[in-house]
Amino acid sequence: MQKLDQQSDRFIYEFNPEETPITMQTKDLEIYYGKSLAMHNADIQFEKNTITALIGPSGSGKSTFLRSLNRMNDDVATVNGQILYQGVNINQPGIDVYEVRRRIGMVFQRPNPFAKSIYDNITFALQRRGVHSKKVLDEVVEKTLKQAAVWDQVKDSLNKSALSLSGGQAQRVCIARALAVKPDVLLLDEPASALDPVSTAQLEQTLRQLKKDYTIIIVTHNMQQAARLSDYTVFFNMGEAIEYNKTRKVFTRPKMKLTDDYVSGNFG
Amino acid sequence: MQNQKLAKQLMKKSKTARYERFGHLLSLSALLLIMAIVLGIIVFVATKGLSTFFNDHISFKDFFTGTLWNPGTKTPSGHQAVGALPMIVGSFLVTILAAVVSTPFAIGTAVYMTEISPKRGAKILQPVTELLVGIPSVVYGFIGLSVVVPFVRNTFGGSGFGILSGTFVLFVMILPTIVSMTVDSLKSVPKYYRQASLALGATKWQTIWKVVLRAATPGILTAVVFGMARAFGEALAVQMVIGNAALMPHNLVSPASTLTSVLTAGMGNTVMGSLQNDALWSLALVLLVMSLFFNLLVHFIGRKGAFKK
Amino acid sequence: MNRSQKQSRIAIAALRGIAGFVVLILAFLIGYIFITGLPNVSWHFLTTPAKAFTSGGGIGIQLFNSFYLLVLAMLISLPIALGASIYLNEYAKDNWFTGMIRTAIEILSSLPSVVVGLFGFLLFVVQFNYGFSIISGALTLTIFNLPLLTRNIEETLSGVSDDQRQGGLGLGLSKYETIIHIVVPAALPGIISGIILCSGRVFGEAAALIYTAGQSAPALNFGDWNPFNIDSPLSPLRPAETLAVHIWKINSEGIMPDLTKVSSGSAAVLVLAILIFNFSARYIGRKVFEKMTSI
Repeated sequence: MQKLDQQSDRFIYEFNPEETPITMQTKDLEIYYGKSLAMHNADIQFEKNTITALIGPSGSGKSTFLRSLNRMNDDVATVNGQILYQGVNINQPGIDVYEVRRRIGMVFQRPNPFAKSIYDNITFALQRRGVHSKKVLDEVVEKTLKQAAVWDQVKDSLNKSALSLSGGQAQRVCIARALAVKPDVLLLDEPASALDPVSTAQLEQTLRQLKKDYTIIIVTHNMQQAARLSDYTVFFNMGEAIEYNKTRKVFTRPKMKLTDDYVSGNFG
Repeated sequence: MQNQKLAKQLMKKSKTARYERFGHLLSLSALLLIMAIVLGIIVFVATKGLSTFFNDHISFKDFFTGTLWNPGTKTPSGHQAVGALPMIVGSFLVTILAAVVSTPFAIGTAVYMTEISPKRGAKILQPVTELLVGIPSVVYGFIGLSVVVPFVRNTFGGSGFGILSGTFVLFVMILPTIVSMTVDSLKSVPKYYRQASLALGATKWQTIWKVVLRAATPGILTAVVFGMARAFGEALAVQMVIGNAALMPHNLVSPASTLTSVLTAGMGNTVMGSLQNDALWSLALVLLVMSLFFNLLVHFIGRKGAFKK
Repeated sequence: MNRSQKQSRIAIAALRGIAGFVVLILAFLIGYIFITGLPNVSWHFLTTPAKAFTSGGGIGIQLFNSFYLLVLAMLISLPIALGASIYLNEYAKDNWFTGMIRTAIEILSSLPSVVVGLFGFLLFVVQFNYGFSIISGALTLTIFNLPLLTRNIEETLSGVSDDQRQGGLGLGLSKYETIIHIVVPAALPGIISGIILCSGRVFGEAAALIYTAGQSAPALNFGDWNPFNIDSPLSPLRPAETLAVHIWKINSEGIMPDLTKVSSGSAAVLVLAILIFNFSARYIGRKVFEKMTSI
């Protein structure tokens, strides 16, 4: 890992791509809502099979940044600059956003199961892509629900409506649903904010397991969660990435005063 | 290289993208179809309605001020007998009278439902008004015919058919429309208006009269205009009780007619393209224009109301 | 008690009186319809054809026509209304074009139904030469029904949480797939209630039909369900007086001796049907919702 002080008011790590596999990377990113600039100065590399936490006060742009990574912001914001996914700029004309979003999956703040059975929630997107073999679908359902650590709770009620699930279970079914289309990046936008502490702990455990197979980027407003869970942490403020470093360092020896203030609770 | 392979995969237009394009166009075309229908109605009715004036060379003056309606024949003074004034007057009379009678009842009921007894309002009056809205106009006409007309006949004399019976029937018909819209506008008055007024020592009635109703005025006006639009366009219920005599109404209990009643009664008995038929379409055009006018009025009130906030 | 308090009491008492009076009106209406009407309703009345000159006629054919027209009109208008409401709620941007279309829909919904009927007469009966027929009536009812159904469905769609749309898009589905397969199913209870409520309105409509579906109800052969035969109940080209039109027709020019009985019975059946529509709209919507969220 190569450390590089870019400017005095920001501290961003840079990996050496020869040594570290990079799954995603942003370059010269600028995000506008209408005419107002919501995000810039955010050149971040995401290492493969790690968990990176995006933290920062509300309005800092962390969710905006996350949602640009699989182009979920297309309808609401203008995004300039490069978003590299395995070296391919996915923020250029001609790119098929649907294929991008299949490979870079997303789980949202509030659990949002569809008004369908649990089974259909998970298999629906595959079926839309022409996978109809019952055997394949059954396997996917079992595998992803196991990955999401919710198989034991729901395996006997796969045909029941997913709307009947509790928040924690629903959120994990939503994770299974995202995994079903075989992404290799998983974006999570404050996935635990609507969950109770027990469900949250279970969810974090699940994510640690998933790290083996996926690159995970998670927005959280909960600093303990970021510290517990992630390998790297980006701290955003006022639409800029202020500090990007190993999580341990961000929380114990932050380079920037702003970061220090934020993680120690002296912010504002 | 692996990157190029991936780039190729990502650049390929997926089936999903084509499907999206298809769905977008499909839903847009459904919308455009509705748009085309509306335009079609306006163009068709306007073309037919104007041919009385441009093909049959009836003057606007004869049509709008003449009082003798018997298309195809001539008045004693030698003009074509296509005077629509009796129907126009009839339509406006029943509409205005019905609105005048309905409005106080509607506002009173709405105030009761929102300000005085919201519980009972929600439990009894809300479903009551919804039911009243749902009753078909022919049923109103039937009750008008079997209850209102005899009542008017026995009380005021005459045949019982006429403007008064029409007014009674329309009063009940538009009442629920005005009530439910007035309730909506009263509910949208912020709670703190009332609290502020009561805190200043105003009585409940003063609060209702000077604060709530004042603030809700644009909404109430809109409700009344909607009610009037409904009354103006109502055909069968009115046609069944008004007597269908294309004469200038001399009093409220003599048989009269409205635009809609003459249209429904006459359209089946004329030949397409004849003056008799064209003249009926002109009545339809007047209806259409009035309907557009009511629409415009609602927009205008809405804008004014919005401006006040 | 001072003057303004006294005034307040009097005014509030008056308002109570007004509200009570309105309830009385409805009670009278419903009571009148059912008390005079229901005694005339029997199985015989509901199933036999009408008679023009003698007593003892029923409303069998009219009742069938009403339901048949309703079903056809709903089948035609539902896809159009669904498409239009999807566009309005999901795709339309807030610009002049959308504003214009919304105005057009408002205009259509406030047009007097007799004008809609006359347009249907001009276009379907005369121009397309369908004559006074089921098909002319169904198409005209579609026009009559479209604005309200579109608005109902649009409202229901807008009530579906954006989370659902995000969920679909996040899986790499297109917006349209997300709408059709995720948002619409989520909105289903509301859409069904909306359809049933609109059905009540369509069922009672007469002015749009007198010059499109016609004012006569020729005898039908209920043994023949081939839609291409003119006396088949399913034939789209036969004239079809509905129950609502029947009430108007016999009250305007009916000469059968039991006119009052027939019309009060018909009115009772019509109102009863609409009451059933209204109540079942809520009930069925709720049931569907329960079924969708059941454990």
